[in-house]
Amino acid sequence: MQHLVIIGNGITGITVARYVRKQSDMRITIISNESKYFFSRTALMYVYMGHMKWENIKPYEDWFWEKNHIDLIFAKATAVDTDSKSICLESGEKIIYDKLVIATGSHSNKFGWPGQDLKGVQGLYSKQDLELLEENTKNIHSAVIVGGGLIGIELAEMLHARDIHVTFLVREKFYWNSILPNEEAAMVSRHILEHNMQLKLGVELKEILHDHNGRARAVITKSGEEIPCQFVGLTPGVHPNIDLVKNSKIETNRGVLVNEYLETNIPDVYSSGDCAEIKSSFHNAANKTSLPPNKLEQLWYTGKMQGKILALNILGNRVKYDRGIWYNSAKFLDIEYQTYGFVSAVPREGEDSFYWEHPSGKICIRLVYSSSDRSIIGVNVFGMRLRHRTFESWIKEKRTIEYVLENLPIANFNPEFYKKHEQHIIDKFNLENPGKNLSLRKRSLSNIIS
Amino acid sequence: MNIIQIEPFKVYSHNNKIETLKKSGLAAIAIGFLFFLISLTGISSKQPLLFFFLSFGLVTAGSILYFAIQVKEAPAGIKNNRIFFDAITSRKSIAWILGIVLTGFYILLYWYPGTLQNLVNLINPLSYLLRGQPADRWVLYGTFYTTAVIIMAIRMIVKYRNNRYQILRSISVSFFQLGFSFIIPGILVRLNKPEFYFNYFWPLKFQYLFPDEIKYLTSSGGALGYFMIFWGAAMLIIATPILTYFFGKRWYCSWVCGCGGLAETAGDPFRQNSDKSLKAWKLERISIHSVLVFVVITTGLLWINSASNGKVLGSVSQVFAEWYGFVIGALFSGIIGVGFYPIFGSRVWCRFGCPMAATLGMLQKYFSRFRITTNGGQCISCGNCSTYCEMGIDVKWYAQRGQNIIRSSCVGCGICSAVCPRGVLKLENLPRAGRYSEVD
Ligand SMILES: Cc1cc2nc3c(=O)[nH]c(=O)nc-3n(C[C@H](O)[C@H](O)[C@H](O)COP(=O)(O)OP(=O)(O)OC[C@H]3O[C@@H](n4cnc5c(N)ncnc54)[C@H](O)[C@@H]3O)c2cc1C
Ligand code: SF4
Repeated sequence: MQHLVIIGNGITGITVARYVRKQSDMRITIISNESKYFFSRTALMYVYMGHMKWENIKPYEDWFWEKNHIDLIFAKATAVDTDSKSICLESGEKIIYDKLVIATGSHSNKFGWPGQDLKGVQGLYSKQDLELLEENTKNIHSAVIVGGGLIGIELAEMLHARDIHVTFLVREKFYWNSILPNEEAAMVSRHILEHNMQLKLGVELKEILHDHNGRARAVITKSGEEIPCQFVGLTPGVHPNIDLVKNSKIETNRGVLVNEYLETNIPDVYSSGDCAEIKSSFHNAANKTSLPPNKLEQLWYTGKMQGKILALNILGNRVKYDRGIWYNSAKFLDIEYQTYGFVSAVPREGEDSFYWEHPSGKICIRLVYSSSDRSIIGVNVFGMRLRHRTFESWIKEKRTIEYVLENLPIANFNPEFYKKHEQHIIDKFNLENPGKNLSLRKRSLSNIIS
Repeated sequence: MNIIQIEPFKVYSHNNKIETLKKSGLAAIAIGFLFFLISLTGISSKQPLLFFFLSFGLVTAGSILYFAIQVKEAPAGIKNNRIFFDAITSRKSIAWILGIVLTGFYILLYWYPGTLQNLVNLINPLSYLLRGQPADRWVLYGTFYTTAVIIMAIRMIVKYRNNRYQILRSISVSFFQLGFSFIIPGILVRLNKPEFYFNYFWPLKFQYLFPDEIKYLTSSGGALGYFMIFWGAAMLIIATPILTYFFGKRWYCSWVCGCGGLAETAGDPFRQNSDKSLKAWKLERISIHSVLVFVVITTGLLWINSASNGKVLGSVSQVFAEWYGFVIGALFSGIIGVGFYPIFGSRVWCRFGCPMAATLGMLQKYFSRFRITTNGGQCISCGNCSTYCEMGIDVKWYAQRGQNIIRSSCVGCGICSAVCPRGVLKLENLPRAGRYSEVD
């Protein structure tokens, strides 16, 4: 019987295992040094805030793995030898594989700041980080968070829930402005301030100072300001964890290099998820000038999608990975965010965008469309929920902005009885586009769905 | 062109004023409870009205203050902070104490009502006003129950103030509890008519189809009595399937029913304690359907007995009915169902015992437009939905596979949708085609 060994029991590794198991009874072993059982990384914050216990963030009950004959090994893999097709564990034990999946995830970024390794300074990625955070934030009342991204805002919410005052250092003009257009980024920034957190925009970290116990006591910004604090959270993003394969014959760059079939340069060795770097598909000499960059996809969703495709490839049905229409979601404290298709922070050539914001300043929608054929390209929505499948098909079918606006109620995914905003949205569009007189299609939702 | 504002419209912070008001609220509640204890001694008998206000009044006013002030504390949003740290909501010491106190109250109520007589006297003025006669232990119980539902509905409304589904639902259960289970039955008594609860039907209120009850309704209620029988039958046979077809079982379980009403309000702080394991689901299916079978058999036996004037079964059916009333009515729905809220979560009765829920559940599963839609691939398997499901449904099991959730036990409380941080879940009534979405 073939032996599939998967290193990493995150969403990627687990998805590979589950989908292989659905169609094959090959022997499957998953190795992880983080926790024996798969847990949801995205839910780490809720454990710290007391919304859930560790038990609650395990997506499957413990019996699931045995029932599905998936062996779990709780240990660190220290080396891969692709010649003898073996993995070395920390204990010295060797495991022989027929097929190997590297799904080792990410590490938190640190940019060589003086003081970044002090006590009371840390990132947030793993279960061990969470345990350290418990320790580091015991009886403290103020913290600085460096880096304004999705993990930063979660860390801020976590600390806030424990009554620890948060000061954010963010390099951009508004929060997450590298990804979000100004209006949305400003909305998030306002919301952070609403929670009585401090937000220092356009400010960068220079160094972290320590007290006589070697523990962080303050940060100094590039402009020379000293901000006292008892904890520093570093959340300026993540990079692929390739520690295990660096010294093997497996090719790496920023991540483990794979082709669009998620295969590495070594036969029977695959990689996917956060740690994989997908080589540009136009990898031929003639096209070299217009070579798009390699892709790193460091999301839960992409880990899941890559895992599914990889399972098919392991089972011998060569399928290219294509993530389809982009989507993502997050939550900024109390404001939910969803996005479908592509919305860039600064408008691109040939694109127009329409933006509507509710007077409360906590709900907004941005629709980006092609200036030429007016087809919808992407949507950002805050404080409102939209139907994934509906927007996906509108983008695929290149529906016009007018069509989307007139049919927006179909895409509404808010709970029942919520206030509807579609009329205001369309009114604003008509106002901004003289000559347009769009109105909401009176079609019952049920007609569309069925 | 546009000037982008980053000044927040309002900044929320814990301040001393809020803290003081919260503490005053808690103090009022504590003093109110003290007056309940004092009243137990009988001192209150001379001035029941005064003591009524000092107990019920202070507890109610204090709670309203305590909950309402939280609007000023933080922006609206899901704040389940500390639920698994605080002893009362995480099955630690205080939860057990509360469980024992509640259970103890039920034991006194059912088997030692004499001990509660002084509390009963406390609500005599209210009882005279509403019912035109002195209170008994059931009026006391009803008053406690209704007060708890209303106070805790206010808490729900504050907690989910950004969620209109939750606000309307909380108003609805309070309305039905106060109107249909408290005021109308009281007025009926005042008018010398049978005390009838228009929001309860067989098989939950099993007596309503027992021969003795029907005889009693027709003989003492006159035309109104016939209407009551007709109402009960029509609701059961006509309205229930139709409403469940269009809206799912939630039209009853989390909008109308009094047991559900208490669970959705007073039980809300404990919803996370329900057991989500597959084992619990297996047990649930056996036990809830057994109770349904039990109540059907009991009702059948009683009718055979009544039709044959007691010749066929003798006292067997009566004994059966008494046992049903004791085991299911008192032990299960009262003591375990409510007394153990802090330990097993708020819907133990509804999930493992209620024969009405079993009936509605079958309709919901096989004959309804209701489902919880999963929003494409947006689930991050965080587990909030499952954790806060009071019925112990492992919602994420479905959501993370992109599958709609169709479960007979779902009461449609909508909390999974409220707590989901990624906007994945939506309760919907749509055509039945495509209800079972594909698993991806
Ligand atoms: C706090 C936080 C919140 C997030 N929220 C979101 C979100 O809301 N939405 C979203 O799309 N994404 C989110 N992400 C990103 C998302 O969690 C990751 O993209 C995803 O978990 C990556 O999955 P993976 O399986 O590729 O890697 P991982 O989950 O990192 O799993 C890799 C596993 O391999 C183990 N491992 C590594 N090396 C070895 C070795 N040598 N031996 C044994 N085991 C090893 C690691 O310990 C780890 O357990 C979040 C991330 C964090 C940290
Ligand atoms: S709460 Fe939402 S994101 Fe979390 S597991 Fe449930 S459906 Fe998925």
